[in-house]
Amino acid sequence: MTSLINRLCRGLILSTLLAFYNTAFAAAMDMRPGVTDISQRILQIHHYSLAICVVMGVLVFGTMFYSMYAHRRSKHPKPADFHESMLAEIVWTAVPFLILIGLAIPATSALREIEDNSNADLTVLITSSQWKWHYQYLDADFGYYSNMSTPTEQINNLETKSKNYILEVDNALVLPTSKKVRFLTTSDDVIHSWWVPDFAVKQDAIPGYINEAWTRIEVPGLFRGQCAELCGKDHAYMPIEVEVLPEEEFDQWILDQLLAIELASGQAVADRAKTWTLAELMDIGQTVFIDNCATCHEADGSGQGSTYPALAGGEIPTGDMSTHIERVMDGAVDTEMQAWAPQLSDLELASVITYERNAFGNDLGDIVQPLTIFESR
Amino acid sequence: MAVTADHAIPNRSPLIAFLSRWLLTTNHKEIGTLYLWLSFTLFFIAGAMAMVIRLELFQPGIQFAEPLFYNQMVTMHGLIMVFGVVMPGFVGLANWLLPMMIGAPDMALPRLNNFSFWILPFAFTLLISSLFMEGGAPNFGWTFYAPLSTTYGPPSTDFFILGVHLMGISSVLGAINIIVTIFNLRVEGMTLMKMPLFVWTWLITAFLLVMVMPVLAGAVTMMLTDRHFGTSFFSAVGGGDPVLFQHVFWFFGHPEVYILILPGFGIASQIIPTFARKKLFGYHSMVYATVSIAILSFLVWGHHMFTTGMPLAAELFVMYATMLIAVPTGVKVFNWVATMWRGSMTFETPMLFAIGFVILFTIGGFSGLMLALVPADFQYHDTFFVVAHFHYVLYPGAIFGIMSAVYYWLPKWTGNMYDERLGKLHFWTAIVAVNMTFFPMHFLGLAGMPRRIVDYSLQFADFNMVASIGAGMLGLTQVLFLYIVIKTIRGGDKATSRVWESAEGLEWTIPSPAPLHTFSAPPQFPIPEEAYQHD
Repeated sequence: MTSLINRLCRGLILSTLLAFYNTAFAAAMDMRPGVTDISQRILQIHHYSLAICVVMGVLVFGTMFYSMYAHRRSKHPKPADFHESMLAEIVWTAVPFLILIGLAIPATSALREIEDNSNADLTVLITSSQWKWHYQYLDADFGYYSNMSTPTEQINNLETKSKNYILEVDNALVLPTSKKVRFLTTSDDVIHSWWVPDFAVKQDAIPGYINEAWTRIEVPGLFRGQCAELCGKDHAYMPIEVEVLPEEEFDQWILDQLLAIELASGQAVADRAKTWTLAELMDIGQTVFIDNCATCHEADGSGQGSTYPALAGGEIPTGDMSTHIERVMDGAVDTEMQAWAPQLSDLELASVITYERNAFGNDLGDIVQPLTIFESR
Repeated sequence: MAVTADHAIPNRSPLIAFLSRWLLTTNHKEIGTLYLWLSFTLFFIAGAMAMVIRLELFQPGIQFAEPLFYNQMVTMHGLIMVFGVVMPGFVGLANWLLPMMIGAPDMALPRLNNFSFWILPFAFTLLISSLFMEGGAPNFGWTFYAPLSTTYGPPSTDFFILGVHLMGISSVLGAINIIVTIFNLRVEGMTLMKMPLFVWTWLITAFLLVMVMPVLAGAVTMMLTDRHFGTSFFSAVGGGDPVLFQHVFWFFGHPEVYILILPGFGIASQIIPTFARKKLFGYHSMVYATVSIAILSFLVWGHHMFTTGMPLAAELFVMYATMLIAVPTGVKVFNWVATMWRGSMTFETPMLFAIGFVILFTIGGFSGLMLALVPADFQYHDTFFVVAHFHYVLYPGAIFGIMSAVYYWLPKWTGNMYDERLGKLHFWTAIVAVNMTFFPMHFLGLAGMPRRIVDYSLQFADFNMVASIGAGMLGLTQVLFLYIVIKTIRGGDKATSRVWESAEGLEWTIPSPAPLHTFSAPPQFPIPEEAYQHD
């Protein structure tokens, strides 16, 4: 029996080791070096402290295992009777202390540099809300929301998961290479944390606070990160995508954005002037609903308990229209129902409200025109 | 002192007798047993929640738990493990052991002792009942950061607040009882520096509890008034400060993590000398190290908050103070190794768990040191690296400490020896499973997986699968533990009064099982060798 247990244990240990060995090649095991000077210095500090821990561990555990082998009763039947040594206590207090000083020096110098937010070339205000990021370019004075673009079908295992599953967004943050970019972070609701491992930037976004961080990225490319602070239901679905462009391309991108904003405001005027049919609004409304509302209220409007009320036959979508418009535009205070007026266009708001009043069997026949929304703003 | 051996009053139905015995008992051994069974029960409940978490994380995508339910599991698992398993587990051990170790007939305040225990079942009923409420259980993590827990919390948050209040009252009363008992009821001749290390570590733990539990009570009270009485302590909209919540919480929370480990240090310091057949090395430095750790624990709460936008000077201070804790902690580990050095060791189950405790706790200590380095913490913070770190100090740390204590003293409590073969099987399966569960989490965190996420991107799939398989094994091994404990209670080889051939301490001078009332007359101290020899 004992030998069977021994054999079982041995087999188990071996297969575990083998599993580790195999996965070691399939998955990343170490901190990412990243693409900034700071991220690489942090990696060095990480390796340095890890090496010290490993050496200490080998010494201490090595001594322990040697002792367990050599000083077991069958080999060493008579225990020694020493139990105190001032010298030993002083040595193993002083030596670790000196090692710690050796660790604190590089950490302190790196930290002083990380916390130096002065002389930025460009500032981006990052405002978080459940569960999306808003990027405002303070110098060029424009901004936009960035939402996860992974479809719910992939999350619910109905479709094959894409390569960048839950790490992809509709509108990435765009940054230039070689510039000192300062991030200001704040939040509209609960605490979130903006983290891109390749930049080694992790900064909490806290309501009522504006925090600072900075980075200087030397290589162009796409970099991904996630929200790092538990922020409610969809904390896992709040990715960050940063596209880093060479300086000239970045300047061009800014100009393109400003032009697009001009065009969109022209389009908004045209949208207001037009009288939309129910079918047109329902069509647009469905897309807006799936992208923004379905994560809580569900695609069929059935909601999730009392936290996320059902819209099918719901009190507000089947009640007074102006209350409905107000709720969607201004949200409900201190709940996850946020104000959508700053996030969606007049047409999008009009169509999603129309959709809610006519889909899920609500069938009120009501139509909300973009002009009504414009006047409610 | 005249005592009757049996509390049962004749002419009562067995059920009433049973209930009144356990409801009204003021005996430290019976109350200790109640605490330990409560802790064990909640261990399986919170463990089942961990199984839900690991099942959901077995593969990317959402399979078993909707995000909101997943967050409830994460929250309740943490809260119950901390407040319902480790803390009552250690208090149960304190109840059973402290009076026997210091030669006292009972705790100093026996009725208070009964009261502090019986608060707990109500506290946890309140907390767990929130799972069945409209809107679900608390879903904001065991750290319940505002404003997610205040203005955004589900309605059941109020039950959570009341539950935490009750747990806090129970802990403070229990801690006062322990302090009073240790200061007043030690046998003549047992000066402070002659107390067993378990008594010392519990004395320090009790002081930590008395100092920080009221801070937690303050935090939840401010939450309650923010939620219902129009205050804005933590709400930026009303001029309050969400970061204040984190300061208050971690001012409680950091000493709290030492509350969860110091009694474990004491247990290892009792067990290792017994099985090395050699006195504990550096008794005095062990005491001083524990006191230093406790004092430093009040200065380092900021290391949980490096990413909240702390100023440079504060970050540096907290980093240095945190690194400093490695010194006394190192001293303890070196002393344990020196105790083993040139001893004459055997490896019964309690010793195996104690050695597992020392090694794996030290690994958790190493990652703790790494986390103290602020620049690196910007990468580690709120990732699975942190999850790996605190599970290494809590599972193979605190929980292994409790398990080694149970194996070590169970023969004293029950009068029966546990099944050594099964005990060893429990240890070896647990140590493989615990490492398989938590070691890959280091890799996940370093590679960039945030903690508390219900779903993850594809590069994290392999290690999550390994961790989930390990967690399943770990859950099963604890069913084996339950079986071993029940089997020992029901029978087994009779234990002698000393149980272990070179165990030292007053508890080994009384018969096994320990009679309900011990030390009606004060024992002799220092213990004469013949005191161990009466059977």
